[in-house]
Amino acid sequence: MYSNLIIDLMQIIMLTISTVVVMMTTAFKRDHGLISGLTVFGLFASLLTFVFIQPVLPLEATQLLIIDEYSLFFSNLIIVGAIGVALLAYPYFQNHNVQNEEFYILLMTATLGAVVLACSNHFVSFLLGMEMMGVSLYAMIAYPVHAAKSAKFPLEAGVKYLILSALTSGITLFGIALVYAYIGTMGFDEIPAALEAAGELGPVFLIGVLMIVAGAAFKLSLVPFHIWTPDVYEGAPVPVTAFLATVSKAAMLAVTLRLLLVSNAIELNVVTTVLTVMAAASIIFGNLLALLQENVKRLFAYSSIAHLGYLLVIIIAAAKIPGTLSVEGVSFYMLAYFVMSLSGFAVISALSNSEKEYDQLADFRGLFWRNSWVSAVLITVLLSLAGIPLTAGFIGKFYIFTTGVESELWFLLTMLIIGSAIGLYYYLRLIYIMLQPAEDDTNDPAAVSLPLGVHAVMAAMTAAIIYLGVYPAPMIDTLQSLASAF
Amino acid sequence: MILVWLITILFAGGIGAWLSEKRNPELPRVIALATILLDLFLVVLMLVAPGVLGLDSASQAELGQTGEWLILSSSEWIPRFGVAFIFGADGLGLLLITLTVFLGLMSLGSAWNEIKERTGFFYFNLLWTLAGVIGVFTALDLFLFFFFWEVMLIPMYFIIAIWGHENKEYAAMKFFIFTQVSGMLMLLAILMLVFFHYQSTGEFTFSYFDLLGTAIPDGFGFWVMLGFFIAFATKLPTVPFHNWLPDAHSQAPTPGSVILAGILLKTGAYGLIRFTIPLFPEVSADFAPTAMLLGVISILYTAKVAFSQNDLKRLIAYTSVSHMGFVMLGVYAWTSQGVQGAVMTMLAHGFSAAALFMLAGGLQHRIHTRQMDKMGGLWGVAPKMGFMAVFFTVAAVGMPGLGNFIGEFLVLLGSFRISIAAASLAAIGMVVAAVYSLIVIQKVFHGENKNNLVVEDLTTVEMICFGLMMIGLLWMGMYPQSMLNMSEPTLRSLGVLFFQ
Repeated sequence: MYSNLIIDLMQIIMLTISTVVVMMTTAFKRDHGLISGLTVFGLFASLLTFVFIQPVLPLEATQLLIIDEYSLFFSNLIIVGAIGVALLAYPYFQNHNVQNEEFYILLMTATLGAVVLACSNHFVSFLLGMEMMGVSLYAMIAYPVHAAKSAKFPLEAGVKYLILSALTSGITLFGIALVYAYIGTMGFDEIPAALEAAGELGPVFLIGVLMIVAGAAFKLSLVPFHIWTPDVYEGAPVPVTAFLATVSKAAMLAVTLRLLLVSNAIELNVVTTVLTVMAAASIIFGNLLALLQENVKRLFAYSSIAHLGYLLVIIIAAAKIPGTLSVEGVSFYMLAYFVMSLSGFAVISALSNSEKEYDQLADFRGLFWRNSWVSAVLITVLLSLAGIPLTAGFIGKFYIFTTGVESELWFLLTMLIIGSAIGLYYYLRLIYIMLQPAEDDTNDPAAVSLPLGVHAVMAAMTAAIIYLGVYPAPMIDTLQSLASAF
Repeated sequence: MILVWLITILFAGGIGAWLSEKRNPELPRVIALATILLDLFLVVLMLVAPGVLGLDSASQAELGQTGEWLILSSSEWIPRFGVAFIFGADGLGLLLITLTVFLGLMSLGSAWNEIKERTGFFYFNLLWTLAGVIGVFTALDLFLFFFFWEVMLIPMYFIIAIWGHENKEYAAMKFFIFTQVSGMLMLLAILMLVFFHYQSTGEFTFSYFDLLGTAIPDGFGFWVMLGFFIAFATKLPTVPFHNWLPDAHSQAPTPGSVILAGILLKTGAYGLIRFTIPLFPEVSADFAPTAMLLGVISILYTAKVAFSQNDLKRLIAYTSVSHMGFVMLGVYAWTSQGVQGAVMTMLAHGFSAAALFMLAGGLQHRIHTRQMDKMGGLWGVAPKMGFMAVFFTVAAVGMPGLGNFIGEFLVLLGSFRISIAAASLAAIGMVVAAVYSLIVIQKVFHGENKNNLVVEDLTTVEMICFGLMMIGLLWMGMYPQSMLNMSEPTLRSLGVLFFQ
């Protein structure tokens, strides 16, 4: 029993050990290459432990955590994302002549928080994971604050994220307290029974639930809790933006979906209504505001708001269709979105460093002719975000349509079509800019030779986008089996 | 399997052309030519001996289909959703595949001397568009069909956006958004259809054969049908969804216009014949008067608009919409003559519109303008070009003895049985066509050469292309039965009304 438990928690333990190792090594020898190498190695080792964990699933590891195929899938995704971020961070910070080593420690703790969040089955671990990730992120966002040219934005973004995130943590905590006061339990899976015992649903309970939903919506940057997103995305160094867009979103989504399904909260009318409004608003506002952006990171920020809105459609569908299909769809879409975002930010990262980020639309003019490989990656990402066949984004969109039609969400589907139509415009505009003839070759960011790590991230993610789009059957089988737990 | 090969060859050829540019910028067009010729060879083989080549009897039996399907193959793709690779070709499909590959060759001819920049990526896009179109004409799984529907769109976007003329960004964007949004409506409709099929049978499938005859709950049928209709009517295009076409055609480089007018528009008509009406026979019958009305409006309205254009390519683009109005009319009459006429119009218009766009593109390439008021008297400097322009204009107008006449005549005949008013109004369209066509000849080739334009006459490559298309149109006009025989079994099995 105990040995199984140890195996079960191996991923988390391994991550913790790696964090400590990275921290201790930093204390004795400051060396950027060594530390980033150790980080990637530690993350890889943690990732590979899933081979041992798989056979003993599912198992509740204490009351707080549950390790099943679903949480393992998301943990793996998170760690892969963290590896990608570490690989992007190395060249980014290479010329940054302040101490860079702490960045990797923060990255490890944030990843650990995200994994805890994904495995969470209890409000305590939920809060613990969220805060661990959040607190690490405050520092990560503001990390290049001493870089000469970009001194303003990272600090502004970091403080903004700190204040708003702390506020929502407070709201979430208050919501948890209200729910606990009403039903007297904090375990997700104990909620349905406790609710039944409590009888009629009081307003206090519903307010508590909505406060928790608001906390999750903040991290997922759904309208109207999205205000921080564009500024923080723009101000943060690119690797951290990539982390925010992928790891942070995936972890929060994993736990939110589990909470909504396991506690049956999704069947509450007030919850579905609130989610529907948020989904529609996110789709429309996210896409509309993306039209106005001249900065690619802000554009991705608004596009991520819209995409999380799309994702919410599948979650809302769970109220009417079997939860398994919904989990399968959400997992697929999240996977697709994860791969696309990481790949997209890898491209921006490839063009940038801590002193200067090439993230204006004008910087991409003629990229296709200057550096076809990097821009082909970005074109693939943009087409996938637009949901064009042959890419993972299309299969994801297919899931949204399927679940939407099955649960007859005609209103949201209409919003989805309108939103996607607007989305096409700004994705295509970026593609068009890249296809323009290059104006001059001076000041050409793409001319810089890139380290292997960035190429590896771009290649792996692009291959994943196309593979998932062309032959999704194996991944669908995997997701179907992990969804069967719900 | 031969259909899969047709598509794979084009995909592979495209990649090969792109990669070969690094070695030599002349190489891509040679590779593209070899690829298309190889496909053409296979198509000819299919026409001559369809039974021998690739007829997969095992999977034919598995799908429970025989008879009109000359070639059919099936294998799994995404079993979770009942999505499979089902490719098939019957007489109609084969005619359209032939048209596609042939016009692919023509567009290659028009690109041969015109495209000098970034040749590798250009031929990549050209071949991938063709592959997408062949996929559309052969896919019999609705998911697969949608997949190819989109695959043909993106390379076309690149062709317009990179090699287009002065206003290419606007045109490419408009083309993409119109097609993509209407495509999304179709995807929604496909999924609704699949879902209703799932509700009544408990089986998830996208197979065309299984979905035929799906029982749709009251009130939903019309909306599902409309999703398909809008996607196809946008592509065809018919008024009020035609807005993208004049921009896309006039801004696209010549090979792009040739493919757009010659082939891509036909996918819309094909979709109506193959999917919209057979999948929703009752709702379509109720909707037919509206669709026929749209067809008639297209014929007359765009003919009028065409007459007032000064931009040569825009004018031809509007005439395309007008001719496609006949297709709409014939298809929704759903009588044997009507649909046969629509098919003939599709084929003949493919040739004549492609030829006219090649002429207009050739002129623009030579004198750098499309404005007709800057031209005039060109017959004197380029007699071969003048002759070709007259021939293909007259063909487009519907001169007896050429393919377009057969098509439009049959459409009128077929729709006359259904609606005398619609047929009579459409007939007026043929008269207007003569007016707007002759004005082109008059403005461009007759009169005085005011600006003393010196135009190089047609090159050998161009003469070969035009010559081949002339032969094609003459064949269609003189011996249409050869094609009517091919499409007839298809139309019978789709449930077209045959009068004896």
